[in-house]
Amino acid sequence: MLHIVNKSPFTHSALDTCVQVGQQGGDLLLIEDAVYAAVAGTAVERLVRHALQRFRVFALSPDLEARGVAGQLIEGITLVDYTGFVELVTHNKTCQSWL
Amino acid sequence: MPNIEVNGKSYETDEEGYLVNLADWNKDVADHIAQTENVAMTDQHWEVVDFLRGYYDEYQIAPAVRVLTKAIGKKLGPDKGNSQYLYELFPYGPAKQACKIAGLPKPTGCV
Amino acid sequence: MSEEGRTKKFMFVNRKAPYGTVYALESLEVVLITAAFDQDVSLAFLDDGVYQLRKGQQTKGIETKNFSPTYRALEGYDIEKLYVEKEAIEARGLSEEDLLVEVTVLDRQALGKLMDEQDVLLSF
Repeated sequence: MLHIVNKSPFTHSALDTCVQVGQQGGDLLLIEDAVYAAVAGTAVERLVRHALQRFRVFALSPDLEARGVAGQLIEGITLVDYTGFVELVTHNKTCQSWL
Repeated sequence: MPNIEVNGKSYETDEEGYLVNLADWNKDVADHIAQTENVAMTDQHWEVVDFLRGYYDEYQIAPAVRVLTKAIGKKLGPDKGNSQYLYELFPYGPAKQACKIAGLPKPTGCV
Repeated sequence: MSEEGRTKKFMFVNRKAPYGTVYALESLEVVLITAAFDQDVSLAFLDDGVYQLRKGQQTKGIETKNFSPTYRALEGYDIEKLYVEKEAIEARGLSEEDLLVEVTVLDRQALGKLMDEQDVLLSF
């Protein structure tokens, strides 16, 4: 199952709930404002490291670049472009958007 | 916005003839809408219309046909809780036509 | 809607409070429409979504339709699987008695497992 989060972890609980609810072996994709979670050295790094133990974690590269934070990611996060986004969607049976 | 005239008073309806304001409804308005639908209201018709108004009052939606049929069967008995009976009363669809006469909005998910 | 005549498992995942955004009402409307297709439909309420089921909603003052009574109509639409996140109701000081319909309370991991078993997830 693919989890997609698009809200900043600093203003929304979406990422936190997603990590608590999601089952081992799922995929997590960070897009839009959720890409701030992928940055190393923030208050939510622990949460993201916890997510990495449970899921494969991806971040959408164009969204990182647009926000100027592409250079300092938490280790273990995989960058994807839009093609990679589509591949994740087709690879998984279902998808939950944590709006 | 089209209107209907009943007893010298004007009531707002939508393009399909459904009352815009739920609170505008009364028996005379219902009779008027029924006439435009070519339905001659009998006690059996009123029973369904009253049931629909009660349902809406409780749940804030107009029920889908299947749900209406089942609920009527539960309340008024199986001889009335079947689509044949309801379509005889309201040939153009019990949910659609009876809802219009009952002054309710068109049922959600009515296809 | 069903391929090869097989019933599919549809879960509506509701995570928003009822009046601040239109998500809750939109979800409920899609649920009612989906009910016509004889699929295996369930509803999950997580995070602020649990507020949708809060008893005692009075919307007159905000001039918005109170759609909370409609959740009680779901049973008549044969939608009887309603799941509520345990952590969410606890965090909001609620218990099952504060909710206007009968629900099954599950913790987050149990809910996640159920979500994993679905054919279709609809996120609201």
